[in-house]
Amino acid sequence: MQMSGAQMVIEALKHEGVDTVFGYPGGAIMNVYDEIYKQNNFQHILTRHEQAAVHAAEGYAKVTGKVGVAMVTSGPGFTNAVTGIADAYMDSIPLVVISGQVPMSLIGTDAFQEIDSVGISRSCTKHNYLVTDAADLPRVLKEAFYLAATGRPGPVHVDIPKDVTAQIAEFDYSRPVEMETYKPTTKGNARQIKKAIDAIAVAKRPLLYLGGGVINANAADEVRAFAKLTGIPAVETLMARGTMGADNPLMISMLGMHGSYAANMAMSETDLIIGLGARFDDRVTGKLSEFAKNADVIHVDIDPASISKLVNAEYPIVGDVKYVVEEMTTLAKGKIDAERYVPWLETIEHFNKLHPLGYEEEPGVIKPQWVIERIGQLLGEKANISTDVGQHQMWTAQFYPFSRPRQFISSGGLGTMGFGFPAAMGVKRGDPERVSINVTGDGSILMNIQELMTSVEYKLPVINVILNNHFLGMVRQWQTLFYDKRYSETDLSMQPNWVGLVESFGGVGYNVETKEEFDAALKDAVEKNVVAMINVNVSRFENVLPMVPAGGSLFNMMLEYKDK
Amino acid sequence: MENERRVVSVILQNEASALSRITDLFSARGYNIESLTVAPIPESKYSRLTIATSGSVRVIEQIIKQLHKLIPVLRVYEHADLVEKEMAMVKFPISENLSDIETLSKAYNGKIVNVGNDMIIAMVADEPKRVSHYLEAVKRFNPKEIVRSGTVALER
Repeated sequence: MQMSGAQMVIEALKHEGVDTVFGYPGGAIMNVYDEIYKQNNFQHILTRHEQAAVHAAEGYAKVTGKVGVAMVTSGPGFTNAVTGIADAYMDSIPLVVISGQVPMSLIGTDAFQEIDSVGISRSCTKHNYLVTDAADLPRVLKEAFYLAATGRPGPVHVDIPKDVTAQIAEFDYSRPVEMETYKPTTKGNARQIKKAIDAIAVAKRPLLYLGGGVINANAADEVRAFAKLTGIPAVETLMARGTMGADNPLMISMLGMHGSYAANMAMSETDLIIGLGARFDDRVTGKLSEFAKNADVIHVDIDPASISKLVNAEYPIVGDVKYVVEEMTTLAKGKIDAERYVPWLETIEHFNKLHPLGYEEEPGVIKPQWVIERIGQLLGEKANISTDVGQHQMWTAQFYPFSRPRQFISSGGLGTMGFGFPAAMGVKRGDPERVSINVTGDGSILMNIQELMTSVEYKLPVINVILNNHFLGMVRQWQTLFYDKRYSETDLSMQPNWVGLVESFGGVGYNVETKEEFDAALKDAVEKNVVAMINVNVSRFENVLPMVPAGGSLFNMMLEYKDK
Repeated sequence: MENERRVVSVILQNEASALSRITDLFSARGYNIESLTVAPIPESKYSRLTIATSGSVRVIEQIIKQLHKLIPVLRVYEHADLVEKEMAMVKFPISENLSDIETLSKAYNGKIVNVGNDMIIAMVADEPKRVSHYLEAVKRFNPKEIVRSGTVALER
């Protein structure tokens, strides 16, 4: 069928089953927006900033497992979107980002709102395209969705010059994707899998090290089954929270810079790491030369470049975690006896008892950790929890009782402040039945505060819980610990009227000073079902602990901090 | 860990941005490029790119994996046993000793390829190390301009 490039975009999104596009129009993308006006296949959600459009698409993708779609115009529209694209790249989130470009005849002339978009996105996308002929659009868009969702997922950027969106060409979406140069390995090598099982069978202290890849592969059930069968305990990275479930007896906790004592000690004492969809990030390993010194490594990952990048793997297995773990479970039956690891579990239990994750209550002041625990008690499984970046993010990861994968939505690799609120809108859109909470800080929330309008307009009632310490808390913590308390530009004593702010957009706001007020505010916000801001004044100088100082060894944790 | 020089060949799709994907990867991840040559493979939609690089064993392994990860890349070869050649052209004043230059060039698989009014151009094609030796040896003939092609390689 003959149609314009702009119509092809709409048709392709229809064929891909897209029900939501987050975006912001502008000159170079107007032909496509004209077609959006005429169609009813998907809802377009107008965020109030392009960065937020991409974060919302990320939240949507993370909670649903589907490809998120964002659309922006050329020049500043695109550059605003770059932070979101880079965030999705670091956390392997499947996205298709479509941007307008100046007409082909103007490319290279420094035209109005021209920027070399594909040049910019090259280093922060899985792949990108500049479409120079409308006849290529069906193939390119189909490849874009395929690339975003398969292998190691990631963002794919499609840049379309304005004249290409007006050009008429043949649209045929029925041809299957044929890419001679892209064939991800999904089935792990059978011999390697067998060798890995043999290694587990003779290990004394094996440890499952779970990363975000487990969630991307929808392999949480398989991993839980493998752990249950073999009796091997597990630690999770930030990106893997919810995989095992908080009440799983084999779940130790999160590991890494702010991991629990038991989790980090288990990683330091293990003799066999079973890494599943994790990438040995510096925030996880601490000092590499001291990391898990006595351990061999089984590393299962869909991305061969992640294996032996930082830590050498004796048993590398390239493949889809779901498939490989299924195979491992089959082979483990009758071969691995859970009894074997009981002494190891006792050691871990000892670590747990020695320094359990916790905090000290103080009279008359709300502790930030309490807020997280309380949300967990009141909403538990019924809420999806997004966060921004900083202390509140770590406390959420430490203290929320995550019970399922895709419940925790956070910016891990890039660490993007301003991620949480728009992501929580995307989460609400993708999983409307559940409450969408954004745990945030008084620093982060202002980085995409304009989304209050989007949230009200499209009825995406995110509950923003601000753990307000009048500081850029995480930076302040580092200044306390490593910069002799020189609080350079981290004091946020100057604050808006939070309640007035959210009310001016049509939402509801609460200032909270006591625990009773918090309970009442959360209950009311859930009932009101509009965008909410719960401003909780928490103890000002609370630190996230334990802490492995940057570059330190994982087993050298700061467990408490006493002010001199 | 000791740095080793390695020659890597990449077969990749002919597309406008393919080369910049490779060079961006090297600069973004801090890998060295000693030389890089690229030309289309006849009667195919692919080009062949030859990169001379250096790094520890782990870095070289990462380079190969990261190159593989680029979508337009079909194959990556790391050569162990290879025939490697590079070409160089040098411009000399015509007043220099032409027969010495010619003899020397011949010893490095080359010759004088152009004679102008005031300048001659000699070319050689040999292993990169030998090309370097040649350029060292002809210094005394006052070379005015030197161009090296970068290395190309085929596995034996």
